[in-house]
Amino acid sequence: MRHLLDTKELSREDALRLLDTAQEFSDVANRSVPKLPTLRGATMVNLFFEDSTRTRLSFEAAAQRLSADVMTFQAQGSSVSKGESLKDTAQTVEAMGADIIVIRHFSSGAAHRLAHSGWVQASIINAGDGTHEHPTQALLDAATLRDRFVPDARGADLAGLHVAIVGDIAHSRVARSNVFLLNTLGARVTVVGPPELLPTGVEDWPVSTSFDLDAIIDEGPDAIMMLRVQKERIRGDFQPASGDYVRNYSLTVDRAARLPDRTVVMHPGPMNRGVEIASDVADSPRSVIVDQVRNGVAVRMAALFDVWSETQ
Amino acid sequence: MSARTVLTGSDIDRTLRRIAHEIVEAVPHSGELVLLGIPTRGAVLSSRLAELIASISGSPVPQGVLDVTMYRDDLQRGGHRSPAQTIVPEGGLDDKVVVLVDDVLFSGRTVRAALDALTALGRPKIVKLAVLVDRGHRELPIRADHVGKNLPSALGERITVRLHDTDGSEEVQVVT
Repeated sequence: MRHLLDTKELSREDALRLLDTAQEFSDVANRSVPKLPTLRGATMVNLFFEDSTRTRLSFEAAAQRLSADVMTFQAQGSSVSKGESLKDTAQTVEAMGADIIVIRHFSSGAAHRLAHSGWVQASIINAGDGTHEHPTQALLDAATLRDRFVPDARGADLAGLHVAIVGDIAHSRVARSNVFLLNTLGARVTVVGPPELLPTGVEDWPVSTSFDLDAIIDEGPDAIMMLRVQKERIRGDFQPASGDYVRNYSLTVDRAARLPDRTVVMHPGPMNRGVEIASDVADSPRSVIVDQVRNGVAVRMAALFDVWSETQ
Repeated sequence: MSARTVLTGSDIDRTLRRIAHEIVEAVPHSGELVLLGIPTRGAVLSSRLAELIASISGSPVPQGVLDVTMYRDDLQRGGHRSPAQTIVPEGGLDDKVVVLVDDVLFSGRTVRAALDALTALGRPKIVKLAVLVDRGHRELPIRADHVGKNLPSALGERITVRLHDTDGSEEVQVVT
């Protein structure tokens, strides 16, 4: 795999290879020397045009565990027109020796542009582009689900699992990436949210949709993934913090209590406690939010290794 | 392309028995012995050797798997490699006599990677190497302590090892 840009085009074979590799890498964290020499001499550059804490740190940790060198470029409030600034910045970091560029950008398609424009030779990993995709987040979610539900996991997919993704689907690259990857891996996905937060074109996604969180909870999904309402991306007069949203779409203690024991609660972070998820639910035993973060490092190690081994 | 069988299934069996006896003789304190197979076929050979040694010495032999993929120096030279699972037996590797087991010894680069991988897992007292076939053409100063068969070969030839567990049949062939 030369680049990791999305999950929509990611084959089942590639996805399983990444998950299997990540599983081996997660064992490395428990060793007395939690470091592999594999990417010694390679340089990973974090190119972040949008704020992020956990994704950036997670990629840095992953690169360091593989012995790669790390540079971080944080472009704050860049107002230069997209094409020019991206090209210039990317060529600058490549001139400084970048073999792998991890990019987060506010424009959907930025990672794809960088990979296919011919501007740079480096391998590109998409760490979130606009409202489009965030493939490593979906992979770490799949890794977390596989850990939990598939006992003999190596080479196995997620066939038969039912996953509900709840909240601001329209603006969520996490939702998009999860929908496509979970579908590729054989899971059944329901997206749940108010009509104004379901994206146009959702009828073409491989999912079922619902406006009724309570009905879905009573179906007893294996996992319920709560998404943050992305105020910064919402235009118009929709008020996500309003009582209506919390009343209808928040995972409250009462709702969580109605879920079967096996159901896990996921959240990609950052959480708005008390809005989409109650604080007590986020900290409850059924929450796998910390496992998601831990798997994030292993999955990103797998992604870095995978693209690097096809970089010349 | 022609294939010549140099070890049959029963040859392989006899050879492993001999190596097992050699190892028992070389490591008299069986409590110190640990076998580590290098995937894929080295791991199969290692578990067979462990059984053979146990039947000779009468006590079980700790046995594990050492994946060296992430320590290779040829990862960017074509073909994607996925790591296999590394299994360190209970009791660890510190102060043990570790015998690395592989099917074919060739350039020595796999063994070099294995020695690096070992340093991340512990500090054995002694590390030894057992291989089913030594085909020569070393690129590094590495030699095996226990060799099933020395097989002088031309660089262009390929040595194919088949084992029941991985390939459904059992033989070693030279493919020209």
